[in-house]
Amino acid sequence: MKKYLIALLFAPLMAFASGGNVHLDKWPGSVGDKAALQNGAKLFVNYCLNCHGASYMRYKNLMDLGLTETQVKDNLMFTSDKIGGLMAVAARADEQKLWFGATPPDLTIIARARGEAGNAGAGADWLYTYLRSFYRDANRPTGWNNVIFENVGMPHVLYGLQGQQVLNHETHKLELAVPGAMAPAEFDKAVSDLVGFMVWMGEPQQEFRRTLGFFVLAFLAVLFVVAYALKKEYWKDIH
Amino acid sequence: MAAGNFEKYKSDGSLAGNALEWLDARFPATSLWKGHLSEYYAPKNFNFWYFFGSLALLVLVIQIVTGIFLVMHYKPDAAVNANGVPVAFASVEYIMRDVPGGWLIRYMHSTGASAFFIVVYLHMFRGLLYGSYRKPRELTWLFGVGIFLCLMGEAFFGYLLPWGQMSFWGAQVIVNLFSAIPIIGPDLSIIIRGDFVVGDATLNRFFSFHVIAFPLVLIGLVAAHVLALHETGSNNPDGVEIKANKDENGIPRDGIPFHPYYTVKDIVGVIVFLMVFSAVMFWAPEGGGYFLETPNFYPADPLKTPPHIAPVWYFTPFYSILRAVTYPLFGLDAKFWGVVAMGASVVIFAFLPWLDRSPVKSIRYRGPIYKTLLTIFVICFFILGYLGTLSPSPMGELISQICSVFYFAFFLGMPWWSRMDKFSPVPDRVTMK
Repeated sequence: MKKYLIALLFAPLMAFASGGNVHLDKWPGSVGDKAALQNGAKLFVNYCLNCHGASYMRYKNLMDLGLTETQVKDNLMFTSDKIGGLMAVAARADEQKLWFGATPPDLTIIARARGEAGNAGAGADWLYTYLRSFYRDANRPTGWNNVIFENVGMPHVLYGLQGQQVLNHETHKLELAVPGAMAPAEFDKAVSDLVGFMVWMGEPQQEFRRTLGFFVLAFLAVLFVVAYALKKEYWKDIH
Repeated sequence: MAAGNFEKYKSDGSLAGNALEWLDARFPATSLWKGHLSEYYAPKNFNFWYFFGSLALLVLVIQIVTGIFLVMHYKPDAAVNANGVPVAFASVEYIMRDVPGGWLIRYMHSTGASAFFIVVYLHMFRGLLYGSYRKPRELTWLFGVGIFLCLMGEAFFGYLLPWGQMSFWGAQVIVNLFSAIPIIGPDLSIIIRGDFVVGDATLNRFFSFHVIAFPLVLIGLVAAHVLALHETGSNNPDGVEIKANKDENGIPRDGIPFHPYYTVKDIVGVIVFLMVFSAVMFWAPEGGGYFLETPNFYPADPLKTPPHIAPVWYFTPFYSILRAVTYPLFGLDAKFWGVVAMGASVVIFAFLPWLDRSPVKSIRYRGPIYKTLLTIFVICFFILGYLGTLSPSPMGELISQICSVFYFAFFLGMPWWSRMDKFSPVPDRVTMK
């Protein structure tokens, strides 16, 4: 009975399973892969940062990916020459709204925002699926549509790499009609790197946070042994 | 034991002794120390459930200390910055990225908010298990209910500050509830917001409430809660009054000095708590999307209502009760009665000392009726909490209505069912189980 009650009380700490209505491909990457993150940073700066800002992020933080200041300045800074500057976008929000129908959202913490209750990591899966799910649609002003984000205002900026997909309305599957510069597997890897960068950018210190957690828990475990022994010693005469 | 009945400290002639004598003649140092710690006698049979009072105090300290540092860097400003992001939202990300150690302080505070409610709910549940609210501890319980109300306000105001989508729309929904009150409602909600919609005025007043007004009241209530408790002495898992059985020196036979016995024991509890707390904070600070709701990573946008507005998990049982009321009554909106039901579901805890008519306090000597009803009550509380995180659905509505009815029946029927139970004899002395 007592154990049953305790189990009930802790039940909300367990994550509830949550079902989305679209199938998301699992993001295959990890934020521990520095080379992948550097490649992701390159793709992000070249393909995303033109319209989307990453305005909570500073260029100098890119040095945490194992790059020198010169490398960051030469390869990743196109619109700013201040290494301490924010990765803001030059385009104006009101003009963008006119062009795309909506202002492109800031992407600094998009991977976190796209998570779900019960599955905070779903944001990466969503991005990984979204960026590979564009298809040709003549009815859209941009000529592009997306399977998991219907009538999205964003055109397929990576189509040069992926090629052009079309939606087969009978099988509801995407088919590659015009190949791009990359083979499908190669493109998936590139998108995975890009998503990895966005996951990392959502919380650049996340790896350090996890590592620090082990040290804190180890310290507390030692402290527990000492404190428990002290309690036993004091309480040995209490019956 | 009332403070003030202790002899003043007499110096042994040393410098430190003289200093202490000087101090004690001018300040109740000895009587505070002895009355509340070294000669405050607590029952020796406290179990697991008795950790959560001191843990609540610990979390309060964590929240205040981390809060002080957050206020140094946070900016309650709803205006957009040069990059089109509200200043308040950007300042939270600034804390997370640019302030050294800021992410740790912020996660401590956000995890601490959820931890506070977990600890307080367990602390309240302890009261239900062992009848801690019964005579003579009614006032301790009332101060406790006051703390709970205050804590809910504190959490509600604090949740607006990051100025994310859920902050904004959650506040919008809750403040709008006040407009359901007849006649004064619409004006009242404007007074609360300071504007026709949640905006900069709302953010600034909520900031003021969150960092000054409510913490001040909270600390006062906590002091009153502890003082009242120390006046009557603590209850225990057997529900036996230890003061009824004193030795020749007037010390309860089943009592042990709080210090050092419970200070060393509570340190163990604190360390275990900190291990759980740290595990969440370092490895899952979002709490699976329940401690930090993912839509709150989007800045507040008054023109874009999220498809599903869910309060943070600790409010969801009461939110479910609000949503469960769907019938208008006496010509008043269902929404109004929902607000009344939600308010009543929280305030009803205050009446427990007078609703419970059982001859024994502790669940150990109560019969199957209490054990069954309490179990169902806890299950209903969890179901209501879970449903409150979901979008409304016809099935969820029906289930939450059934649970809400049971929730109130548990309290309102208590004067009758609490007397009908089969009780076992209560021992004269506490037992060490």
